[in-house]
Amino acid sequence: MELLSKIATNDGHGENSSYFDGWKAYDSDPFHPTKNIHGVIQMGLAENQLCFDLIQEWVENNPKASICTPQGSNDFKDISNYQDYHGLPEFRNSVARFMEKVRGNKVKFNPDRIVMSGGATGAHETLAFCLADPGEAFLVPTPYYPGYDRDLRWRTSIQLLPVVCESSNEFKLTREALEDAYEKAQEANIKVKGLILNNPSNPLGTVLDRDTLRDAMSFISEKDIHLICDEIYSATVFNEPDFISIAEIAEEGAVCKNRDLIHIVYSLSKDLGFPGFRVGIIYSYNDAVVNCARKMSSFGLVSTQTQHLIASMLSDDTFVEKFLDESAKRLAERQGLFSRGLAKVGIESLKGNAGLFCWMDLRRLLKEPTFEAEMELWHLIISEVKLNISPGASFHCLEPGWFRVCFANMDDETLRIALKRIHKFVIQEKGLDQPTTRKQCKRSKLELSLSFRRLDEFMMTPRTLSSPHSMTSPLVRART
Amino acid sequence: MCKLRKYIEPTVVTGWKAYDENPYNESYNPSGVIQMGLAENQVSFDVLEEYLEKHSEATNWGNKSCGFRENALFQDYHGLLSFRKAMASFMEQIRGGRVKFSPERLVITAGATAANELLTFILADPGDALLIPTPYYPGFDRDLRWRTGVKIVPIKCDSSNNFEITPESLEAAYNEAVSMNIKVRGVLITNPSNPLGSTIKRSVLEEILEFVTRKNIHLISDEIYSGSAFSCTEFVSISEVLEARGYLEAERVHVVYSLSKDLGLPGFRVGTIYSYNDKVVTTARRMSSFTLISSQTQQLLASMLSDKEFTQNYIKINRERLRKRYEMIIDGLRRAGIECLKGNAGLFCWMNLSNLLEKHTKEHELDLWKTIVHEVKLNISPGSSCHCSEPGWFRVCFANMSERTLEVALRRIHDFMEKRSLIV
Repeated sequence: MELLSKIATNDGHGENSSYFDGWKAYDSDPFHPTKNIHGVIQMGLAENQLCFDLIQEWVENNPKASICTPQGSNDFKDISNYQDYHGLPEFRNSVARFMEKVRGNKVKFNPDRIVMSGGATGAHETLAFCLADPGEAFLVPTPYYPGYDRDLRWRTSIQLLPVVCESSNEFKLTREALEDAYEKAQEANIKVKGLILNNPSNPLGTVLDRDTLRDAMSFISEKDIHLICDEIYSATVFNEPDFISIAEIAEEGAVCKNRDLIHIVYSLSKDLGFPGFRVGIIYSYNDAVVNCARKMSSFGLVSTQTQHLIASMLSDDTFVEKFLDESAKRLAERQGLFSRGLAKVGIESLKGNAGLFCWMDLRRLLKEPTFEAEMELWHLIISEVKLNISPGASFHCLEPGWFRVCFANMDDETLRIALKRIHKFVIQEKGLDQPTTRKQCKRSKLELSLSFRRLDEFMMTPRTLSSPHSMTSPLVRART
Repeated sequence: MCKLRKYIEPTVVTGWKAYDENPYNESYNPSGVIQMGLAENQVSFDVLEEYLEKHSEATNWGNKSCGFRENALFQDYHGLLSFRKAMASFMEQIRGGRVKFSPERLVITAGATAANELLTFILADPGDALLIPTPYYPGFDRDLRWRTGVKIVPIKCDSSNNFEITPESLEAAYNEAVSMNIKVRGVLITNPSNPLGSTIKRSVLEEILEFVTRKNIHLISDEIYSGSAFSCTEFVSISEVLEARGYLEAERVHVVYSLSKDLGLPGFRVGTIYSYNDKVVTTARRMSSFTLISSQTQQLLASMLSDKEFTQNYIKINRERLRKRYEMIIDGLRRAGIECLKGNAGLFCWMNLSNLLEKHTKEHELDLWKTIVHEVKLNISPGSSCHCSEPGWFRVCFANMSERTLEVALRRIHDFMEKRSLIV
């Protein structure tokens, strides 16, 4: 039998993680409000389904935006023929304007710096190809979106090194942690090429404050490394404090010495709820990176049919303003409902103001402060409580007991049922176990790389691979 | 900055710039440069448009309240089942129903560009090589090599036997790689061929299959022009050869397809990989996360391509129109004293101007090319950009313009040749 490449046969695709058990459970027994009321509720998918009614209404009222309608079909030929990797000018213009609106018009974006990609998934990989060589590394604060492991490393052969954030200060990113991570890389002889920030953060659901952004900016300037800011959740901010984009800091001359190091990743998958449309965007302040990324975008352009629809939708100012407003309101309501529901049974979550999820603290429910215990609790939640939530270990959280729970991918009633199940479970658990004294389970910094490797081994426990024909694994969806 | 970023544009960009700066337009700029370097298919658009007019409900989200939502949320890298079924069926129809394709083996990618790169990542390690017959599509240099670090070693074909691939040329390429200490992982053929505009004979396909089996390497068959063969029976797919031998050794074969040429929809970024190898299917599917087809576009095409009456009709009309266009250009060139390789597929012809060269060198070919671009005002593609080992050949596209524009182009060529024969 002919061999495949190393990339094809390694685990870089990320699907061998035991994290997928929750998805398998969901796929084999999915909740349905009438047909399967006792099924597993999907709370592991960061999708935004709260405002489709608004979008649907717009689509119905704007038939010209679709090239398949009688009103829009005149555009069919030109649109379907257009394969220029610059992208339709109206598409780039409308995306630039939309990004500005999301940032309260505090910054300006140049449409000529907008480069398309196959979703944010493609954007991250493209930037990794542009900015780093095999073996080189990016720093990324923990906990972070699991997809980064695949997106940034698989085909590029670059490394991701953690910048440890701890619950003791609400997982805030500190200058000290950045310096530690950088130093660690130096000691291991690994060349660091950049820092990745996800703001608002998945899984934390929080935004970075101005001081932290400035710190990050001064750090990368000092080390002369790149800064990639993934702002995919920028329009999901629903409460104070306001979202501050790296674009604002980039305009502060005193802090930002070299704009050539700054790159933004964006997508319409979360803010608008269009993951299927694969609209990924790279915005770079660096001309050479724009040129290179644009050439690479040939490998993942946005369908012109979709570019055309998006251009139309996002240049409708009235609609966009109404949407952004309403979306924030509904997310606030939803998150409020959920976190109050959790608080009723004494479950705290990190105080978040953005994103489509809560970062839930279940440390009290662990039998002991270990990842094994976290895994055990997680399996219990899947099999008994019948909720697919995501364990902190899958986000490379260095402290066990944290879980990400998504709340925007279901209707109100389903959310209530989920809360009821959580209530019942917590009450039962409280009855069964005395709360153990919470031992500090912080890793000493010296042990960091070793423990991280141990964690990786733990995550790679042999499991049955999802069959190619099943719809089970979360990475089946381009982004979770 | 990293090593990857140094991607240098090929010299043929001059021709494109000349076109961009001075594009032909029948009314506004009748003396502008005519674009004959772009292999686009615009001859059958009316057939598509007519279909859309009659079926807007089906191709749009319609009035179903959850139609849009479900579609916008669908990001499963398996792709819409309805779309895969429709693509499989379309591919079967193009092959005259002589072979079956299973939707389960279809992996979706944003264009054939992505499909070819993806397969290269899966089948070869950096530093390894794929063997490709020359002349070949210039885009392969970027698509197969740039980010993958994989090399291309040419299988040299020449006009002595109409550029046919021979067992000797295959062996020679393989040995060349071995002598350079390069590990060969596969052969990539384009069938029908770009830039030759001809299909590969069944016997040659069998020889290629025998070769890759003997060497224990892969075979990628890029069949992007399969629906652009002028007659259904002239095109033989590698799938048919496999079918005839009971799918023996099929696990080393992978087919690439796209709707950019046959349907003339390059903007929609619709590519597929069809692999007979389970591991490749699984891995390719995972990798396709970087390059999925917009679910909006999958939905439109699922609808369109599952309408068998429409697709049968489209395929038939498209073949006829391309054949007619081909005959028109061949005829016009012949009257100008120019011969082309005998073609039977594609959106272009492979024109022989070698007897116009003072010396048979690449430099002289490029000089002649610059003259054609700047004086005759036609952007055509020089054979050297396709790595042709013999100077003097040019690829000329004929399906990306109206008949009237083609007539103008042919007149210019005629005038140019007349002048040349007067001077010579």
